[in-house]
Amino acid sequence: MKPFTFTLRQEPPQRVDLSALTPDRLAGKSVAQIEAIEIGVTRISTKVGDLFNVSEGDLKTVRFEGGSARFDLLGAKLLPGFEIHVEGDVGAQCGRLAKGGKITVSGNAGPHAASGNLGAEVEIKGDVGDFLAGPLAGELAGMAGGRVIVRGKAGERAGDRLRRGILVIEGDAGEDLGARVIAGTILVLGEAKGRIGYLNKRGSIVLARGGCFGSTYVDCGAHELTFARLFARSLRNHSAPAADLLSRKLRRYGGDTAVYGKGEILTPD
Amino acid sequence: MPDLIRNGVTIDDNFAEAFPMSGTGILITAPNAKWARQAALTMTGFATSVIGCGCEAGIDREVPPEETPDGRPGVRALLFAMSSKDAEKQLVNRLGQCVLTCPGSAVYSTVAGEFEIKVGDALRQFGDKWQMSKVVDDRRYWRVPVMDGEFFCEGKVGLTKKSVGGGNLLIMGADWDKTMRATEAAVSAIDGVADAIAPFPGGIVRSGSKVGSKYKGMSASTNDAYCPTLRGVTKSELDADIGCVLEIVIDGLTDNAVREAMRAGLHAIIEMGPEQGAKRVGAGNYGGKLGPFHYHLKELLP
Repeated sequence: MKPFTFTLRQEPPQRVDLSALTPDRLAGKSVAQIEAIEIGVTRISTKVGDLFNVSEGDLKTVRFEGGSARFDLLGAKLLPGFEIHVEGDVGAQCGRLAKGGKITVSGNAGPHAASGNLGAEVEIKGDVGDFLAGPLAGELAGMAGGRVIVRGKAGERAGDRLRRGILVIEGDAGEDLGARVIAGTILVLGEAKGRIGYLNKRGSIVLARGGCFGSTYVDCGAHELTFARLFARSLRNHSAPAADLLSRKLRRYGGDTAVYGKGEILTPD
Repeated sequence: MPDLIRNGVTIDDNFAEAFPMSGTGILITAPNAKWARQAALTMTGFATSVIGCGCEAGIDREVPPEETPDGRPGVRALLFAMSSKDAEKQLVNRLGQCVLTCPGSAVYSTVAGEFEIKVGDALRQFGDKWQMSKVVDDRRYWRVPVMDGEFFCEGKVGLTKKSVGGGNLLIMGADWDKTMRATEAAVSAIDGVADAIAPFPGGIVRSGSKVGSKYKGMSASTNDAYCPTLRGVTKSELDADIGCVLEIVIDGLTDNAVREAMRAGLHAIIEMGPEQGAKRVGAGNYGGKLGPFHYHLKELLP
């Protein structure tokens, strides 16, 4: 069945909050009701109908034909079993606190993509802004489940305070990758710089191209790790280069010893 | 009891009587097939009968690397007990003593049962707080640092109460060699049936038992009606041409697995014929009082 589609008519005149356009919140509403939903974030009104042509379809999948860097909170609190696809860019906090389901973005995403994600599978074909999967200011934990794949590069502090789940960045990562990680797994296939894994508690950071991790990471030798093989199998269909990276013999750097020293950075031997 | 004859082998018009058990199955992988098998053999050792071992366990099959979650060779082992509590206790003990200790091993759940046994969640403590948890595809695993690297173990293993224990065949032949030949053929046929094991040594029991004993405190004793050496002095079930009786006991995750295993075993015996193998096949029951699962031999015939 054809998906429920929003076709962009014009660039939004202001930032818009798209959190109301998830399948569960659209269910039971007529096209007219949906077109009347207020999505503007200023005092000047912007309604769904002002920006999009709405064409009804199966709500299992919601499709946005055309995107914009002003699309904030797309797929926020998405529930398991539903999908959202965007042809184009999205703005800040894409997939924020999503409980499950799948979000794909063909363009770039702004800051705080997959922020606090709880179980959704998020794929961004372009680049993402800062604080990928990270918490908002004042929150104690970032992403707590799910899988995020970024085909391009990520901004600074990707995976900040990550608690659970897998983060794959196929391009480069900005400064302070995996800072304050609590647990979970981050893979970077490009270059990573800055204080990698700063105050990492129990997380695993896998880097295709090594680097210098400072004196608080300790070399634990190269090993064949069974968990990496399992991860490789699980990731094979989502990111073949990430699966290849995990299939190799990996050198383990234990740290950050400035905190518990129970986390690790893994790099090919 | 009217007899049925197939390929010269007499089949008793009788039935095997089986009872419900709690069953679980795990997949053990290792860097090579030898060590996966070693871990499974050790874990399922001394697990022939719930009467004295606490559980009945055995190897279901070898799993090629392409089918295992981590791409290493694996062996699937099944474990059965009379209650889910017993199954949990036995599995955690055996994993801790026999698989955690076995070089290179990793453990995965293979049964989607109604309950789950916390195995990794118990064994992880061996890591002395250096253990790490990983969640992959909604399943939790534990990485426990050990001297050869890491012991990798799934947090929970499925347990089903719909398992069946006590399917059996009594194989009767002229002498030990012929009876053993037929029984071994039956065991290898049963090995090919998924979700079923024959927990006794090499799949075979030579000490079939009856309920009760003349000694106080013994709950079971030798099945004298099927002992060829007592034929004549006791009320025997054996004719003059039977010199040896062996039994195969079968446990399965499902009623159907036990039925299919019995069918496979019976067919292998019949195919061999009485010249090479067994003259007669029977089954053990307690008149229908032991359990709700009855496997009538005549329904399993070719």
